[in-house]
Amino acid sequence: MNNQTSKAELTIQDFTSDQEIRWCPGCGDYAIVKGVRKALAEIGTPPEKVVFVSGIGCAARFPYYMETYGFHTIHGRAPSFATGIKLANPDLDVWVVGGDGDMLSIGGNHTFHVMRRNVDVNILLFNNEIYGLTKGQYSPTSKIGTRSPSTPDGSLDYPVDPALFALGVGGKFVARAYDIGQKILPEVLKRAHSNNGASFVEILQNCHVYNDGVFEQVRDKGSIENQLFCEQGKPLIFGKDRDKGIRLNREKLSLEVVSLQDPGVTEADILIHEETNNILAKLLAEMRPPNGPMAFGVLYADPVQSYDSAVQEKVGHGTKGICDLNSLIRKGHTWSV
Amino acid sequence: MSGHPSPIAPNKDRENLESVVVRFAGDSGDGIQLTGGRFTDETALAGNDLVTFPDFPAEIRAPIGTTYGVSAFQIQFGSDSIQTAGDAPDVLVCMNPAALKVNIADLKIGGVIISDVGTFTDKNIEKAGYKNNPLEDASLKDYRTINIDISKLTLESVKETGVNKRDGQRCKNMWTLGLVSWMYERDIIRTVNWLEVKFNKQSDIAAANIAALKAGHAFGETAELPSSLPVFAVSPAKFPKGEYRTVTGTSALAWGLTAGCNLAELKLFFASYPITPASPLLHTLASLKEYNVTTFQAEDEIAAACAAIGASYGGALGVTSSSGPGIALKTEAIGLAIAAELPLLVVNAQRAGPSTGMPTKTEQSDLYLAVYGRNADSPMVVLAPRSSSDCFDVGMQAVQIATKFMTPVMILTDTFLVNAAEPWLLPDVDKIEAFPAQFRTDPNNFMPFARDEETGARPWVRPGTPGLTHRLGGLERGANTGNVSNDPDNHQKMTLARRNKILGIADKIPLQEIDLGDSEGDLAVVGWGSTYGSINQAVLSIREQGYKVSHIHVRNIWPLPSNLKDLLSGFKKILVPELNTGQLLTIIRAEYLANARGLNKVAGKPFRISEVEHAIKQCLDK
Repeated sequence: MNNQTSKAELTIQDFTSDQEIRWCPGCGDYAIVKGVRKALAEIGTPPEKVVFVSGIGCAARFPYYMETYGFHTIHGRAPSFATGIKLANPDLDVWVVGGDGDMLSIGGNHTFHVMRRNVDVNILLFNNEIYGLTKGQYSPTSKIGTRSPSTPDGSLDYPVDPALFALGVGGKFVARAYDIGQKILPEVLKRAHSNNGASFVEILQNCHVYNDGVFEQVRDKGSIENQLFCEQGKPLIFGKDRDKGIRLNREKLSLEVVSLQDPGVTEADILIHEETNNILAKLLAEMRPPNGPMAFGVLYADPVQSYDSAVQEKVGHGTKGICDLNSLIRKGHTWSV
Repeated sequence: MSGHPSPIAPNKDRENLESVVVRFAGDSGDGIQLTGGRFTDETALAGNDLVTFPDFPAEIRAPIGTTYGVSAFQIQFGSDSIQTAGDAPDVLVCMNPAALKVNIADLKIGGVIISDVGTFTDKNIEKAGYKNNPLEDASLKDYRTINIDISKLTLESVKETGVNKRDGQRCKNMWTLGLVSWMYERDIIRTVNWLEVKFNKQSDIAAANIAALKAGHAFGETAELPSSLPVFAVSPAKFPKGEYRTVTGTSALAWGLTAGCNLAELKLFFASYPITPASPLLHTLASLKEYNVTTFQAEDEIAAACAAIGASYGGALGVTSSSGPGIALKTEAIGLAIAAELPLLVVNAQRAGPSTGMPTKTEQSDLYLAVYGRNADSPMVVLAPRSSSDCFDVGMQAVQIATKFMTPVMILTDTFLVNAAEPWLLPDVDKIEAFPAQFRTDPNNFMPFARDEETGARPWVRPGTPGLTHRLGGLERGANTGNVSNDPDNHQKMTLARRNKILGIADKIPLQEIDLGDSEGDLAVVGWGSTYGSINQAVLSIREQGYKVSHIHVRNIWPLPSNLKDLLSGFKKILVPELNTGQLLTIIRAEYLANARGLNKVAGKPFRISEVEHAIKQCLDK
């Protein structure tokens, strides 16, 4: 996305619609909508050049609250609508919003293909590890053993990690943020916008009605010891006192946490974050307590030409008009009577 | 090119025929469809009217010699108006025993069978299910059999081109085409040119095919000619003046959609997922990029429908296509386009079902799906072209209706229609009146669901337009504002508004005409879609026998034309022939409380004229 404008005076208010928000009081989505509006104001694309597309679910109500163009579509298919919008109208900034059920369960196939194709849209997946709007069933990101109305004895199936999924299907931009992380969220969104191609942002979001506290170790106040903020070219150091780092265990080909205060550890042992390293991105994406901190920020960014720009190049913008149709239907063999 | 054989054998007396039906049949790998296509082109050039019927198996390369692997191509051509591919072949060309086994029952008594005896080996005869060689016992005594070792003669003819045996044998279809072309005085020069272009990077293959074609053609003129080989002359048909080409339903529809979008000044965005028999439309449109056409092969049927709707939302015209099983998958998305009131075209190339059914066989059994097949009260427009060339007009009409009324439109074609070819009097596209799509740009008093008084349509806004930002969605929208509304009275109002908008289109489309016969009589035969030719010829024949029967063929399936009820009231009886178990029949009975009866066939094949004629007589007698 690179729809920049000279009009730099946009504010959060310019992106706020007159519709009353109908999420549960205390929902993490309130923080996300605030962070998105802030990011859009800073990006500066005029509101009429912005489209929010969503599927079904709590997160999918998002477009109604944005003073932009918006399309609230059907369950799981938002990436497909967004693809059509971007191909038909390439000047638009297209944002796709959905939850973990919408985008990884019923719509997993479309999330896969929009990433694989590298369509220039920004995908925001609000991950709360539960179905909210249908009243609390477990989701494809729920931890094994999650008790819910449909799994009273605990869920039995293995969950998927959204960021790891995005990397696995060939995503070229994968990032992670969290709802109340109001410093990192707008920064990640701006990076997603500036990437030409499919940008995938997993946003951890607390559903305090059906899954309260599911991210408390990595999201809530006091979880700083479990948060790793990745920055391009900088060592992967974390902790309140920035005294812990990530080292590659060469025997196990895995990441491990080391203390910089250990006598055998120097800063040279700590990995430097390299956004174009796909292997590192996958290792970071799957790391989480108790095996390490949760990684936030841009985990992976290795841009290639977007699908829609390749299509525009090939289409040639319709060089022939109505007058050429007569020759089209006469192509090949004709005869006169 | 020089040296192609003279198309006419001067020393033979040719039997003059008004029309003839030829069926080519062989293994699915024998190139039967290609042979038929070339013969069609030659026949069109000879000035005959024609209709073709390609009939092939679902398997790409079924095991060689099996009955289920038989592919066939039938063509009727003549000097008078030709409306169908013919009830029964006069000539059957069999490339192997299985082809004979599968097709012999359709051949006219006294008809000609040309067989490649080289393939009638013990193994192939047994594989086809024969106990004895049918060419040698008395089982074919009612027909004129012509036995030629086409396999051997083909290999001999290509010897000098240096191709290997396998490539040589693959030229059998061209040898056969050469022979049949000679039988009907067809000029093979165009096929020679066509082969040179097709194989321009494999000159030996081109040379072998051309050699085989010429050898087959020359075979007729030489002393080798079996005395029983008949030759015919079919005079050119009397067409109205103008420029013609042959066209399949697929090409005509692709061009009609392209022309429609050009006339509406819109980008055509076509999203589809491969499925038989709809895929050729994707293939055709994929090469029309320079006409402002973008094609998108989606990951599945649902994504294709959604991408098309997204494109319409974005300000292009979204079109998606499929066949029955895929249309079923798209229905939720179509419901959104109905709710959000966005233009959308859905092309349904119907095939025999339910479920996977018979993917390469024709049927008209998705009419209920088109008219009623969605959750809730979800009306949309349904159109059905009657012939290959009619697909062009219907394509344009669909674009116009979808954009003028902000509604999805479904176009019902079928396997027969998309593959069948016929001559087409080419229109002058420049003279067709344009119908530019109207986009709202004025921010004053803008309301996303305020309706146009005449059409009932809401405004279409292209995202990117300043001052008109708004949100659309599948949640019920408040009248005028479009804001989410669960208000009971609003839902009642909006449901009726959607219904009345679609029903109101009946007053804006042309009145239903009587296709053949008077406006009053003993029987109206009401058809739709690709059965036009069979019904028309049957009614023509019945009328010549003095019966008061008329043919009415409905293009506007939903809403039905506003005068159809009155038209039908002029007839004592109504017969509705359909390739389903009675779908338009049900609608006509429900809408008009009319005592109509059906003629229903679901055999995967078009109606024979004789079947319709017989049903008409039965209907009149009862």
